[in-house]
Amino acid sequence: MLFFFGINANCQSKMVTIKGGKYIPLYGRDSMQVAISNFYMDVYPVTNQDFLQFVIKNPKWRKSMAKKIFADKNYLANWKSDTALNATQSLKAPVTNVSWFVAKEYCECQGKRLPTVDEWEYVAMANENLPDARKLKNYNEFILGWYEKPKTFNNEIGSTFKNYWGVYDLHGLVWEWTSDFNSVLISGESRKDVDKDSNLFCGSAALGANDLMNYAAFMRYAFRGSIKANYAIRNLGFRCVKD
Amino acid sequence: MQYLKYITILFVAILTLTACNIGNSKNKNEVLFQCPMKCEAEKTYNTEASCPVCKMDLKPISKETSKIAVTDEISETSIFNLTTKWNTEENETIELEDLKGKTLVMVMIYTSCKAACPRLVADMHNIEKQIPKDLISKINFVFVSIDPETDTPKKLKEFAIENFMDDEHHTFLQGTDSGVREFSNVLAVKYKQISPMDFSHSNIISVFNSLGELVHQQEGLGVDNKETISKIIETVNN
Repeated sequence: MLFFFGINANCQSKMVTIKGGKYIPLYGRDSMQVAISNFYMDVYPVTNQDFLQFVIKNPKWRKSMAKKIFADKNYLANWKSDTALNATQSLKAPVTNVSWFVAKEYCECQGKRLPTVDEWEYVAMANENLPDARKLKNYNEFILGWYEKPKTFNNEIGSTFKNYWGVYDLHGLVWEWTSDFNSVLISGESRKDVDKDSNLFCGSAALGANDLMNYAAFMRYAFRGSIKANYAIRNLGFRCVKD
Repeated sequence: MQYLKYITILFVAILTLTACNIGNSKNKNEVLFQCPMKCEAEKTYNTEASCPVCKMDLKPISKETSKIAVTDEISETSIFNLTTKWNTEENETIELEDLKGKTLVMVMIYTSCKAACPRLVADMHNIEKQIPKDLISKINFVFVSIDPETDTPKKLKEFAIENFMDDEHHTFLQGTDSGVREFSNVLAVKYKQISPMDFSHSNIISVFNSLGELVHQQEGLGVDNKETISKIIETVNN
């Protein structure tokens, strides 16, 4: 009985309501407010344990079965086998080395989806007490401090702070996939051939280059702009949202 | 049945003959040397020496034998692994795999686009113009809309007619939001809706072989398309 309950609790991970609103993302100007509708977000990133159950049920996403077009050679690189973790990996640590394709399918299997960049950033600008803490020094110092810490992907979920919305680990554990990460037009090739990509650069300049808030978020946008959907990266995991 | 027998015999005979040929030429073939930095691109030498540009020792190279599997199976890197549904300008529902068998030249556009897309379409026209007429029937020029809400099959059909591309070897596709996102990720095309009517997007023309494997990408607008054209011809002839 308890056993079943345990499995069930894992399958439907806890979600909290995020009340929508408007905000200006990093690259925006006043006229570029982004409107976010209400949605639900997973409290924690998807864990190794969650993902293990997923690949047991979906053999095509096992390490040895995943097609190259959907996941590169680093997919689940540290797993011992198709259905077993390495001894050094914690079941409760966030799953990483997963591609965008598998993250998307994982969420869809649960009737959820990946958050958009705008949604993710909207929730992630909160600290413990404020929905938008981007201007606070200690909020930014925490994020930048984390960027310097090695191997935080081995830490267990819930080991960072619970934010204003009740969401854990948006900063401090792993970076996370977003559904439209490829809408960030900042990569080398896009700079030369994409029209209207200057907003990001201009926006950052306008806010002031010494702005810590800018720097922390700019790192995320730059990272998103540099990856491809079949990449499986050591410090990149995901969580799901629902309308 | 009799015919089949003859064909088989003929086939075996040809195989044996070519096998002999390969054996012979292998003996004659000398080892070729090439600069490991490829300072002179694909230039090769018959003797071991150093590169005249970077002075590094030339390295022996194995002559690439183009081994193309004679199989219908799609590989792990084929776009036909994507199983999302698309509507064509003729209002048919297809999967990408239905495009199998022809060389695909694909581009992502949206029909209400005023800036980059007309130039991208012009690039596609230019490429098409420079391909020998007899090869056209083996090629499909595919336009995938990044604005599936506006670009209905009807709208796509109008666009095809307007641009003189309403024929067999042009296909226009309307997907779902997530299908288009997924497809763009396979092509590494980036795009973002910046207003209800406007998208910014990277300008990439991609060439796939008849099994849906990416063979070439051309980035940028109005760039030199020589390499793309030669890749297309090479792919068709393979």
